[in-house]
Amino acid sequence: MAEETPWQQALRYTNRANPYPFYAELRKTPVARQPDGTYVVSTYREIVTLLHDPRVSSDVRKLPSRAAAAVEPGAEPITEAVIELEPNIITCDPPEHDHDRRMMTRHFFGPADAPHQISDLEPDIRRIVAGLLDGMRGKTRIDVVDEYAYPLPVTLICKVLGVPLEDEPRFHAWIETALDALDFGPEAASEEMRSRLAGARRSVKELAQFMAGLLGQYAERPGPGMLSAMVHDGGPDGRMSEGVLASNAVLLLFAGHETTVNLIAHSVLTLLRHPEALEELRRRPDLIVPAVEELLRFESSVQFWHTRSAVEDIDIAGTTIPAGAPIFLVYGSANRDPQRFADPDRLDLERPDNQHLGFSQGIHFCFGAPLARLEVQVAVEEFVRRVENPRLVADPPPYRHNQIFRGPRHVLVDIDGIRD
Amino acid sequence: MTLAATLAELVSDFRANGRIVIVGASLAGLRGAEALREEGFSGSLTIIGDEPYEPYDRPPLSKQVLKGWVPAEHTLLPRFREVDAQWRLGVAATGLDRVARQVRLADGEQVPYHRLLIATGTRARPWPNPAEAALEGVFALRSRDDAARLQRALAARPSRVLVIGGGFIGSEVASVCRELDIPVTLTERGPAPLVGALGGVIGEIAAQMQRDHGVDLRCGVSVASLEGDAAGHVRRARLSDGTTVEVDVVLAALGSIRNVEWLQGSGLAAGPWGVGCDAGGRAFDINGVVTDSVYVAGDVARMPHVLYEYQFLAMEHWDNAVFGAEVAAHNMVNLEPHYRPHLSLPGFWSGQFGVNIKSVGVPPFGDEIVFTQGSVKDRSFAAAYGRRGRIVAAVTFDHGKWLEYYARLIEQSAPFPPPPPGWDRPDVMEPVPAEFPAPGVPTAIPDVVLTGHDPNERRAEFRPRGH
Repeated sequence: MAEETPWQQALRYTNRANPYPFYAELRKTPVARQPDGTYVVSTYREIVTLLHDPRVSSDVRKLPSRAAAAVEPGAEPITEAVIELEPNIITCDPPEHDHDRRMMTRHFFGPADAPHQISDLEPDIRRIVAGLLDGMRGKTRIDVVDEYAYPLPVTLICKVLGVPLEDEPRFHAWIETALDALDFGPEAASEEMRSRLAGARRSVKELAQFMAGLLGQYAERPGPGMLSAMVHDGGPDGRMSEGVLASNAVLLLFAGHETTVNLIAHSVLTLLRHPEALEELRRRPDLIVPAVEELLRFESSVQFWHTRSAVEDIDIAGTTIPAGAPIFLVYGSANRDPQRFADPDRLDLERPDNQHLGFSQGIHFCFGAPLARLEVQVAVEEFVRRVENPRLVADPPPYRHNQIFRGPRHVLVDIDGIRD
Repeated sequence: MTLAATLAELVSDFRANGRIVIVGASLAGLRGAEALREEGFSGSLTIIGDEPYEPYDRPPLSKQVLKGWVPAEHTLLPRFREVDAQWRLGVAATGLDRVARQVRLADGEQVPYHRLLIATGTRARPWPNPAEAALEGVFALRSRDDAARLQRALAARPSRVLVIGGGFIGSEVASVCRELDIPVTLTERGPAPLVGALGGVIGEIAAQMQRDHGVDLRCGVSVASLEGDAAGHVRRARLSDGTTVEVDVVLAALGSIRNVEWLQGSGLAAGPWGVGCDAGGRAFDINGVVTDSVYVAGDVARMPHVLYEYQFLAMEHWDNAVFGAEVAAHNMVNLEPHYRPHLSLPGFWSGQFGVNIKSVGVPPFGDEIVFTQGSVKDRSFAAAYGRRGRIVAAVTFDHGKWLEYYARLIEQSAPFPPPPPGWDRPDVMEPVPAEFPAPGVPTAIPDVVLTGHDPNERRAEFRPRGH
């Protein structure tokens, strides 16, 4: 058997807590062809170049290799399940993308002359965060993921979208099942991963059906939140088709909290690993804005993205990515690229010129970034301020299986108490 | 002591004890001052500005301020760091004595310097007839006070606004008028709005966009005269085609004039085209020899650009003010071989009629244009400009996220037309002439003559046009 490439090694579950040494190896070949024909791009400059290249498609339907099964054997079926949905804004190209995103933008941020729907959420965020921290009073050990990082974003996204919070156990299970089955690495071929696939496909379908049902209810009876507003949109761009709306609603629900959960969990974990940074932030709470940017760079919630492909031959970094080839952009590696970030493995809360790729760049720049920033800024700021003497119980903590949405399953922390 | 050590000491001594004067207290002046401190300059710093205000941001003046969203006084530029400067605001610089190394101020004071940064920018070209320009209701738009006055005039809901000139300022103001539902007539001497900056092909799209939004657009005509009522308020404009327009607000959007008059007699290569300097911001003297103590940045600077056949370009863009000032500041407190060039690609943006227009490179340098992405009909597209088979610029309408791609192609002198995109292709992807007007020759440019017979004594000299 051929030796595994740095990329394949980076994807192995055993390396989930620390893929960075493999990324460093990977960056020696900025655009690296993998045995399956995928081109993995790991350096900052090349990723940014491709993010702005109109010969790169994000539309999975345009992947010729999909039919030819050139994508990872394990990845294909789950991708197929997603493809059965209509494309959402991260899996389609202009002009559809521009049209759909523009419509969603209006409902997410508010109209152009009053774009403050997200900033208006700050009191809610502060109230939820305060409640979660109050709930830890009297405890000596907490799980930052289950008790803090997860409840905040999920509560928020349900409110923003108008998804009943009572349905959380159901959609949480579907999302978890689907995420745990997605694998782009050598382990995809294992019995274990294969057995997860059937359940995952079912889960994706159930989630889509759940969302379609909810949209149907809103069609009959308008309710609060963005989804109902979109169902009834009479704006200049017309109404989004049911299928496309359902697909984007699934995206917003899922991406609208999973990534934020991982970011909050990773932020706490990272700060506990860097006591001097934690202390600095405690002393200077105004550092929270650049601090969160650095945390986004340091442990990116989306490690890479997998739906892009070359529509034409593209010459880059001494390689030609042939038309039709899948392209993986490894944001997690670009964010540690020493060619772009001085001393990239050092956490520097005041890092100058920190144009990280934690939210990507170009037309697919994270739609929910302003909400995520606000949530994480408040969550981290308040954790640092109120939790007394937090200590990591296990380092590294256990990680979730998923490689794209990389994050700890639990972060157990011993604490001395909760300040007012 | 070695020579290198002596030079290093010279630099550190200057950084600690030098005296720097910045003339111009707008974007370039402020960012230059911040960059000087960032570079470790801890000597004396004086910033001179003819306006009484702290540095403010101009782009919102023709947009958010006129709409009434943002008061004109709420446009102060963010400060990135303490500059610890002596501010001389509200007093113009009126002269420069390079021998005595002094800047003369309007109040008679002489401000000494070791190194000088010229960032005096431009001002709005006024309506040429002074009596007509003095009529109530006739405006120009460059400063915060201009914007505040024009905003008040628009808020009073005039029956019709006349915008003279279809450049960016004129077009943006026409757009604001339509958003405020105020009738507006725009006259443009050329065949379409924006032709000077973006050429006739894009100009035609801009023209259609204006008409679709209800602008009474008159191209190929100029305004012959403005007429006031008995109270001295403007009421009517006579156009070159013999028609008249009844108006009670007029904006003269005739472009800009560089603020170089104060440099008369300074022996610098300063004229209507700006202040010539090298790509490091070091000013040229009148003989074309680079100076060591005078630097230039912002709208008033004119420097060679490697990507454009080393031609001298004045780039009146926001980015250029920021990056040019940073480079000049760096070079002011360094010596060779630590000089840095200002090589960033020019770029600008405009918001009008609900469309975000962005450009990178130098469009008028091109002679061909090709649509590369999106749809002209939807006014959502990208287009590239070419010259001799190379891409030299790009423009986007609501497609700004792609500009970076074109910037990279321009930086690499990539072939024109660029490769087609993978999707969202325009209907027509054939290059066509970009239709730029022939460059106009400013009439006020003085003659430059050489004096002296001995080759060692030959010098250049400005001679005003003698008529």
